[in-house]
Amino acid sequence: MANKPQIPTKNSALIAVIADEDTVTGFLLAGVGNVDIRRKTNYLIVDNKTTAKQIEEAFKEFTTREDIAIVLISQYVANMIRFLVDSYNKPIPAILEIPSKDHPYDPAHDSVLSRVKYLFSAESASSRF
Amino acid sequence: MAGQGQRLNVVPTVTVLGVIKARLIGATRGHALLKKKSDALTVQFRSILKKIVSTKESMGDIMKTSSFSLTEAKYVAGENIKHVVLENVKTASLKVRSRQENVAGVKLPKFEYFTDGETKNDLTGLARGGQQVQQCRVAYVKAIEVLVELASLQTSFLTLDEAIKTTNRRVNALENVVKPKLENTISYIKGELDELEREDFFRLKKIQGFKRKEVEKQLAAAKLFAEDQVAENFSLQRGISIHAAHNLLNDSQNDEDIIF
Repeated sequence: MANKPQIPTKNSALIAVIADEDTVTGFLLAGVGNVDIRRKTNYLIVDNKTTAKQIEEAFKEFTTREDIAIVLISQYVANMIRFLVDSYNKPIPAILEIPSKDHPYDPAHDSVLSRVKYLFSAESASSRF
Repeated sequence: MAGQGQRLNVVPTVTVLGVIKARLIGATRGHALLKKKSDALTVQFRSILKKIVSTKESMGDIMKTSSFSLTEAKYVAGENIKHVVLENVKTASLKVRSRQENVAGVKLPKFEYFTDGETKNDLTGLARGGQQVQQCRVAYVKAIEVLVELASLQTSFLTLDEAIKTTNRRVNALENVVKPKLENTISYIKGELDELEREDFFRLKKIQGFKRKEVEKQLAAAKLFAEDQVAENFSLQRGISIHAAHNLLNDSQNDEDIIF
């Protein structure tokens, strides 16, 4: 049908990571890191010197790259670019918020779950019928 | 509402009536089918939602365990492993594959992860803490598994959400716009046809009335003529002609001798 989102069946797609140093190290240790010929990486290490602009740019780049299927982003980093994360509505790549060492997981701020919460409240309202 | 009184602009004939009736049947059937589809999708949606919530909780736990094992590895192998790991990044050995699954007519994406080649971590932890590093890696790989599954669920969730919205939009459009329009058109055509029939009926009745009056007039004239004839025959039998008698009478107006 017209304007159905095209979900490509890819055989190999990368996992991008935007998180603090320790988390990124852990994931790189596991093997998700990729550096291509043009020295472009699929991860961004965020420390207290990284500006929101840099994070925004990296996020936009990762989400527009064809070969990235999942973007893992630390929750406190996501809070810095909350507006971008919330307005993102493409199914691929999937944006996942992960907790970091200093910031445990807070489901109240997760962009997907906040949509769900509205659904929950809507459900409880509609269950009256 | 704006759509209440609207109908399609058609010529009110019997064939068009048939066409519109067929369309109404199609719209009704389509409406029922789409409603069923929407219900099936909503059921799927709810179950995915539950899975997402539970998976997110477990993801939080797993990430905590992995961070912890990373801290252990750092402690044992020294702070430098971060740099070693960063240096060692070449091509990704953990990648994801995306497939499409058909659920109630909607294509949902599903991720599965696979290992593609060996991780180049030759030099990590050679000095000390090699086992810790291995454990850490295992923990993170497990975390990635859970994360990939979560990503799968999340994309299906978002796609389903879109699909449900579209289907519900179509159901509502059929129910509130298309069907009333068609029904209004049908009643309009029927009304026009009835009126035409009534006009026809009326015209027929009028013509019948005229014809009947014509026939009656002729009958009356014929009866008068017939009576005249009978009277004439009688008078002829008696020897006089009424007509002649009449003529005589009429003529006698000029004759002074005849006095009646």
